[in-house]
Amino acid sequence: MPNSTLSINGETVEFTPGQTILEAARGAGIDIPTLCYLKGTTPTGSCRICVVEVEGARTLLPACSTAAAAGMVVQTESERVVAARKMVIELMLASGNHNCLICEANGECELQALAYRYQVSTPIFANPPDTQYYYEDNNTMIVRDFSKCIMCGRCVRACCERQVNLAIDIGYRGSHNKIVARGDYPYSDSDCVFCGECVQACPVGALLDKAARFQGRVWERTKVRSTCPYCGVGCQIDLHVKGGRIVKVTGADAIPNEGRLCVKGRFGWGFVHHPDRLTTPLIKENGKFREASWDEALDLTARRLREIKDKDGADKIGGWCSARVTNEENYLFQKFMRAVIGTNHVDHCARL
Amino acid sequence: MIQHTQSASQTAADISPEVFSKLEAIIARYQDQPGALMPVLQEAQDLLGYLPVAVQERIAAGLNIPGSEVFGTMSFYSMYAWAPKGKYIIRMCESPPCHVNGSENILQVLKEELGVGVGETTTDGLFTLELTACLGVCEVAPAMQINEVVFGNLTRDKVKQVLSDYRAGKAVDYRALPYTTNDFRKYKQSPQELVVLDNVGGIDPMKIDDYLAKGGYSALKKAVTSMTPEAVVEEVKTSGLRGRGGAGFPCGVKWSFTRPLTATPKYIVCNADEGEPGTIKDRYIMEGDPHKVLEGMAIAGFAVGASKGFIYVRGEYYLSKYRLQNAIDQAKAKGYLGDKLFGTDFSFDIEVRSGFGSYVCGEETALIESIEGHRGYPRAKPPFPGVEGLWHQPTVVNNVETLASVPAIINRGGEWYKSLGTENTTGTKIYQIIGHVKTPQIVEVPVGITLRELIDTYGGGLREGSTFKMCQTGGASAGLVTADALDIPMDLASLAQVGGALGSGTMLVMDESVCVVDFMRSVAKFFAHESCGQCTPCREGTPRILETLSRICQGQGQVGDLDFLERLAGTMVDASFCPLGQTAPGPLMSALKLFRPEFEEHIKERKCRAGVCRFA
Repeated sequence: MPNSTLSINGETVEFTPGQTILEAARGAGIDIPTLCYLKGTTPTGSCRICVVEVEGARTLLPACSTAAAAGMVVQTESERVVAARKMVIELMLASGNHNCLICEANGECELQALAYRYQVSTPIFANPPDTQYYYEDNNTMIVRDFSKCIMCGRCVRACCERQVNLAIDIGYRGSHNKIVARGDYPYSDSDCVFCGECVQACPVGALLDKAARFQGRVWERTKVRSTCPYCGVGCQIDLHVKGGRIVKVTGADAIPNEGRLCVKGRFGWGFVHHPDRLTTPLIKENGKFREASWDEALDLTARRLREIKDKDGADKIGGWCSARVTNEENYLFQKFMRAVIGTNHVDHCARL
Repeated sequence: MIQHTQSASQTAADISPEVFSKLEAIIARYQDQPGALMPVLQEAQDLLGYLPVAVQERIAAGLNIPGSEVFGTMSFYSMYAWAPKGKYIIRMCESPPCHVNGSENILQVLKEELGVGVGETTTDGLFTLELTACLGVCEVAPAMQINEVVFGNLTRDKVKQVLSDYRAGKAVDYRALPYTTNDFRKYKQSPQELVVLDNVGGIDPMKIDDYLAKGGYSALKKAVTSMTPEAVVEEVKTSGLRGRGGAGFPCGVKWSFTRPLTATPKYIVCNADEGEPGTIKDRYIMEGDPHKVLEGMAIAGFAVGASKGFIYVRGEYYLSKYRLQNAIDQAKAKGYLGDKLFGTDFSFDIEVRSGFGSYVCGEETALIESIEGHRGYPRAKPPFPGVEGLWHQPTVVNNVETLASVPAIINRGGEWYKSLGTENTTGTKIYQIIGHVKTPQIVEVPVGITLRELIDTYGGGLREGSTFKMCQTGGASAGLVTADALDIPMDLASLAQVGGALGSGTMLVMDESVCVVDFMRSVAKFFAHESCGQCTPCREGTPRILETLSRICQGQGQVGDLDFLERLAGTMVDASFCPLGQTAPGPLMSALKLFRPEFEEHIKERKCRAGVCRFA
């Protein structure tokens, strides 16, 4: 399809028909701030942070959901645009309890970053300090702090479009708008499957990984790329590590999962630092386990397998491999069972 | 922080099997229809009085819609309930027109008489007291609705009388009433011929034969049997008819966008969500002459190539819905709607859909979302509905009055219609004169009447002993005008020039007893209640305007408040998603321009020259 051009801040920018102003601008390295925009989902144009001035348009237009058109003349940081963005940020800051001091999102909060960029402090007309907000922490994985919610709706699109769990939606109307699960129940009593995609999509501190609370600021943590150990899909994960310990896990924007994770991959890493975790082989003697070396344990296993095979035949042995290992390892295992042990009794638990 | 729990939960066991089987029957009837959620929720609520979670879940499963979406949708609309309520729900109107007629005093009376606060139910389970943003009965303000029935011109005595009647078991059946508010024929009439309201009060709206005797459906027959669709579009174009919902877009031009599109099916949607405070005209048409609206819709369908129409009526207009449905049934039985009309290949069917308490659903794309069974969130335009509307198919959305003007245009020609009215806005228009006049009413006259004539001739002049202060033109979202504008012939262009708007043709006249700051607070309350919440400027801006004005009215205004309001209004106009947010601050900006000293007096001197605001 032939490319067309539009003008952004006086610069001629190429775009492919079908692209939005935002996509065209980002393609050309021009930064237009966004908040409700969530890559790969339907742009809603609702937060109004990405509004830009388009010559000939009566009002400002949202860059995320306005199609780029040939010959369009766009200003992304004009006085009019900045005035609107500042007011939108002020209104968001006033709409809840946006106190950064002990907020988990501090340092990675997109609202905080915007307030800094446009030099907006908490406005004087903020809600009175005694305003009551809902708070939900009656499950082990996700905390919902409605006092921090800015109704960008990213969690809803993460749930409904990225994961297609359809567990949450926007409920009520106007300034009473609120993210609701079935019947406006807590997550624990709803259709939520606790994949935590909403937590990862939240640009502020409204949806939190419960285990990560107060375990370390973003600047104290390093990210370590890894592969989820649970199933054979091989989701790429980022381990957020502080002082040699995992604080939380997020989905990495890479093949195959593109940021997505399931409940196990995101929240099921507790075994890593668990005191009960086995770190050496154990051999049971007289009904009790004792620690052993790998050599000793493997020798014992080989000896016992041979004894069984010699005495009762290879078909008295069965092997069961795991979905948590790779295809190659599963291949090796069945080869081992067939060629070394000499049986076809081999299976695989593809169900975790 | 409040722990987030579900307070109004109810298990399936609490609902009897008989009720559940009735619910199943409702679901089964709508199961395969697109946009089933709203009608199913409405019928289920009729069945139970409210929609407990168990019912929501059954509906979700039956219609294959996520439970979160069922609750998300129903909680958007004011008239759904998910907790039990009293046998009679009293909805006291607090719209700006009712406000300037003392609705706050009547609310106080209701609280005293019922012994409950807003949102509460009397101990005998008989009454639940609620506030509503607008009932659409401004000619009888202050007003309330008890279930389906409207009671207007309320006084302390009348409230007492009505309540005691209901307590005595003398509830009113709305279907037996001749009209919701007043007899149109008792209004002062224009000497000119009526085009839209000609039959209202003169025929029995429940009898199609009455309509036929007045030449009803002859325009449809003429169009379908002797004209091409293109010729119909041209005729409407020639007439110069502009949309009567408020925006004034040329009707024929709108149709001409949809006509050539090859995508099918196409739809006609009649916007009967008459929610703009002060606007009452469409109700008279639907209650008094429902077939005229249907005929207009069918002609529109023929013109653009649509075979299905929806008429979306605001939830509070029970009598309109009832009479429209009756009219549709009769028209189908007589072959004026349905398959192969007049022996041609043209088929057209109409369905009534009900809003359920949401002003923004009068915006055409929000209305479309609502018919589809969603929250009334406006869509981004373009694409316009004419190209991509209902279920993303080409859809013509027209107002009731617009469509009701069409049969006459087809019968008598566009040139004839064009000869009426002004050059800018042709034809006749139903004006509504409400507020502080002796006889609030509607009147159909050729476009171009002056405000003075409207007040003096049709409104009976200002009420005794009062002087004109201002008029809010065109509805709650439009600007104010002062006495300077009294002699301007009112059409779309002329009113816009003086900072007002013809809008829906409603004129809310206010005398010196009104405090402009207090009035603006009432307008702000309306928009804060009706903002859909989709975009930040409107969702967060409308309550900030209300909060700031409320403070000023209580004598707690601060220097800088007005500058803040202007700055906020600027962003709302410039950066809101849809026309609601873009126009909501309009009246305030207009008031600040015309009456700034009054605002400043409140802030700096704690003085209210009208004596309305009480400073602590």
